[in-house]
Amino acid sequence: MSLRTPLRQVLGAGSAQQGVHHWWLQRLTSVALVPLTAWFVVSLLTLPSFEHATVASWMRQSSTALLLILLVLVATWHSQLGVRVVVEDYVPAPGARTVTLTLVTFLHALLAVAGVFAVLKVALGGAA
Amino acid sequence: MPARPISPHLSVYKMSRYTLATSFFNRLTGVGLSLGLLLLVYWLMAVAGGAGAEKRAERLLALPAMKPLYAAFIVAYCYHLVAGIRHLVWDTGRGLERSQSRKSAYLIVVVSIALMLLIGYCSFALGSRAP
Repeated sequence: MSLRTPLRQVLGAGSAQQGVHHWWLQRLTSVALVPLTAWFVVSLLTLPSFEHATVASWMRQSSTALLLILLVLVATWHSQLGVRVVVEDYVPAPGARTVTLTLVTFLHALLAVAGVFAVLKVALGGAA
Repeated sequence: MPARPISPHLSVYKMSRYTLATSFFNRLTGVGLSLGLLLLVYWLMAVAGGAGAEKRAERLLALPAMKPLYAAFIVAYCYHLVAGIRHLVWDTGRGLERSQSRKSAYLIVVVSIALMLLIGYCSFALGSRAP
């Protein structure tokens, strides 16, 4: 049974679902991170060594590069969403909060770009 | 500063409450893992920097002082993963009754500790190479 009035139902107006945007993205990224981080942990544990040649040849595989880029992007996204909530909770002063949120967002953007750049550089053969 | 009460209401809740403890630790490990991202990207950049750059990074990453940090990341990852899955189950509307939530609080502690021991054993006990 719908509690909406007949007029409301005909007009189809209502929430644009924007209110749950942050919540939904946090869930979406968390679901994606379950297999991505599991793959990453298993990969680290099964790498024969952490010598440059070994790590670089691992990262040159297309599947590795693809999953690493996904991991970096989704993890920084999820982290940004999470840290944002923490800042909103713990930094009450509006000015300090805005500054902190700006810095947090910039830092996450930098991490995402740097991570993707590093993986691409190795995967595309730029690294010596 | 607004006069209204603001989060976190650390003074009104008892930390011994499992609801607060599991939630607080989830947030704490989440922030910890965010710091871990710094390390991950630093490592990726070092690999991209070539053999010389990675040698320098490796000297830093292989310091004995880094071991407790890696252990902390393993603890944080395992707990945040398992507690996060609990949250996803809650999001489907299941397990929200008080008795169920109390049971799942103990369950995530047990499961995450088991996972910590497994990953910790694989990374520290099996060969000194990792991580």
